[in-house]
Amino acid sequence: MLSIKNLHASVEGTAILNGINLEIKPGEVHAIMGPNGSGKSTLASVLAGREEYEVTAGEVTFKGKDLLDLSPEDRAREGVFLAFQYPVEIPGVSSTNFLRTAVNQVREYRGQEPLDAVKFLSLMKEKMKLVEIDQKLLSRALNEGFSGGEKKKNEIFQMAVLEPTLSILDETDSGLDIDALKVVANGVNQLKSKDNATIVVTHYQRLLDYIVPDYVHVLFNGRIVKSGTKALALELEEKGYDWIKDEVAGTAV
Amino acid sequence: MSKDNEILEEFTSKEYEHGWSVNYEADEAPVGLNEDIIRWISSKKEEPQWLLDWRLKAFRHWEKMEEPTWPNVSYPKIDYQSLRYYSAPKQKSKPKSIDEIDPELLKIYERLGISLNEQKRLQGIAVDAVLDSVSVGTTFKDTLSKLGVVFCSFSEAVKEHPELVKKYLGSVVPATDNYFAALNSAVFSDGSFCYIPKGVRCPMELSTYFRINAANTGQFERTLIIAEDKSYVSYLEGCTAPQRDENQLHAAVVEIYAAENAEVKYSTVQNWFPGDKNGKGGIYNFVTKRGICAGDYSKISWTQVETGSAVTWKYPSCILKGDHSIGEFYSVAVTNNYQQADTGTKMIHIGKNTKSRIVSKGISAGKSQNSYRGQVQIMKRAVNARNFSQCDSLLMGNNCGAHTFPYIDIHNSTAQVEHEATTSKIGEDQIFYCNQRGIDSEDAVALIVNGYAKEVLNQLPMEFAVEAQKLLALTLEGSVG
Ligand SMILES: Nc1ncnc2c1ncn2[C@@H]1O[C@H](COP(=O)(O)OP(=O)(O)OP(=O)(O)O)[C@@H](O)[C@H]1O
Ligand SMILES: [Mg+2]
Repeated sequence: MLSIKNLHASVEGTAILNGINLEIKPGEVHAIMGPNGSGKSTLASVLAGREEYEVTAGEVTFKGKDLLDLSPEDRAREGVFLAFQYPVEIPGVSSTNFLRTAVNQVREYRGQEPLDAVKFLSLMKEKMKLVEIDQKLLSRALNEGFSGGEKKKNEIFQMAVLEPTLSILDETDSGLDIDALKVVANGVNQLKSKDNATIVVTHYQRLLDYIVPDYVHVLFNGRIVKSGTKALALELEEKGYDWIKDEVAGTAV
Repeated sequence: MSKDNEILEEFTSKEYEHGWSVNYEADEAPVGLNEDIIRWISSKKEEPQWLLDWRLKAFRHWEKMEEPTWPNVSYPKIDYQSLRYYSAPKQKSKPKSIDEIDPELLKIYERLGISLNEQKRLQGIAVDAVLDSVSVGTTFKDTLSKLGVVFCSFSEAVKEHPELVKKYLGSVVPATDNYFAALNSAVFSDGSFCYIPKGVRCPMELSTYFRINAANTGQFERTLIIAEDKSYVSYLEGCTAPQRDENQLHAAVVEIYAAENAEVKYSTVQNWFPGDKNGKGGIYNFVTKRGICAGDYSKISWTQVETGSAVTWKYPSCILKGDHSIGEFYSVAVTNNYQQADTGTKMIHIGKNTKSRIVSKGISAGKSQNSYRGQVQIMKRAVNARNFSQCDSLLMGNNCGAHTFPYIDIHNSTAQVEHEATTSKIGEDQIFYCNQRGIDSEDAVALIVNGYAKEVLNQLPMEFAVEAQKLLALTLEGSVG
């Protein structure tokens, strides 16, 4: 479904991704871990099409299409969803209005009829239950004055409504209390199917107890330097990143 | 950046939607301005002597006045002698009902989406349509007259209700008030008149649509709204003009009188031709709007959505004379390309326990300049006066400007005056966030801007709010950057 080959990207002339290779098949969950500043959010942003990040080499195909060739909104309409590490606030725009605009633009792209108010509200209701989000939150302006945890929850709610094929969760677990973490994980698991895939960026193996990954990758200096199964996450939790850095240093010499 | 520029190019090149003109036979005054022209206009309109005298007095005063230079706008000097001060569509005879109006004229309004046909009317809205200098028709007259509500063209009011016109004309905006008001007083051609009797709650929105069609013609309309004790009216004003290379002058005057316990809501969606993307053409909109809360517990609220005009100079104001009276001003002013707007309000607190509220949302894009100018004045007698002002500016891109000029003048120590101001830029991260959910940049801007302006848009009647939202989006199309 997603195939990343030798992806290099830079910001303002500084190289941040230095040759990423990653294959993701439908139904899979991939966890990406790695020290602060290693390039995890950059990878997510590049996949979502953020303009400041310049792709200097490599290719990305998504469902057979050249992803890098698509505008950010078309990537979203094709089914790429990014749950932001730092969701932005949009004053005065209710979540409901925002999401309805989004859903209908996506539907239009796919040649579907727009949802009328009634149908849209029933979709909202159904998904609200799934991620246990309070209706009051959704009638407020988008993310404005939301607590850190509420913002993260709202990201997952949007994901539930938009039903993407590829979801990238960038540290959705940070800032969530333990109950919210379970709720969010539960939501993600319920949305999982054999046709969609998830990339989970996290620092904590705890999340992976709830969203069990098929693969765990370690990103360091803009490269995937180690891949494994859930056991790798446990090992990282125990030993930190130094041993990996040493390994990388060893091979580099 | 290059992508932004492309979008910018693509959409700023979109044409102003109402930029067409229609050829119709017109009755025109000769070009130029002097006492004879004023006599010509007055006799054309079969006006009584007192009104002609009033006009001439205004004109003589105007001749001694200087055009104001204090607004933060610049435009080439206007040659007042090269303009035409009166142009009226020729009608065989004065229409007695909508059915008798020249179909060509009706067509003009239909193209604007305004139907004067009462069968297909805008739901529950009475419309007075003004083309160039004169009113071409007012709908719903009968329904309104049963309640004693008078809603007609200004000229008709002069004939049918001279005592009211004589009493109130110039009572809120004196003929000598300022340069443009004096000019208007001398040459005004038509406009709308509205009288709500004691205790009547006007059951429908009253609405005037102004359109300038003829070339080289100034439009000088005059609106007078009188709300008697315990009455209520909501009044809407919409405006368009064709796209022309030359600039056209629009200098209107609106006067509102609110008696005890009366409430008047005045809403404007201004969409005059803003000039093209190189700043050529467009309307010069120099308008004086003022209301007086003459009676105790009266209330006047101004809501304006200003999207058009090349240059806007406009300060809808309230004189809070009655005790416990309330003045409100809600404004969204959008400027793009080379537009310039200097707009705001004056709240003059005279009575005790008077309250005013100002919410101004400026949005600037392109190379435009957007200024808020507001004055809050608390007079000696105004015990416990209160004002709250909120002035926000939103910038799109790096080539536009936003300016705030608040003046506060307090002569009573019990006054409470609060002023808040913010300036923000539309965030690229906000737009990207929307993009990531499948919303394209143009709709993202519309969404963000409408969210920003929501507090003001919420004040508009439903039909107008929808139109205003679309206009905001249209004005800003392609200004992402
Ligand atoms: N716009 C930018 N300008 C300059 N440097 C940037 C920019 N964006 C990211 N970087 C740098 O790129 C590197 C990778 O950042 P990124 O946000 O991808 O890290 P991360 O792996 O997500 O870290 P964290 O775990 O802290 O979220 C960092 O050193 C960061 O400072
Ligand atoms: Mg990150």
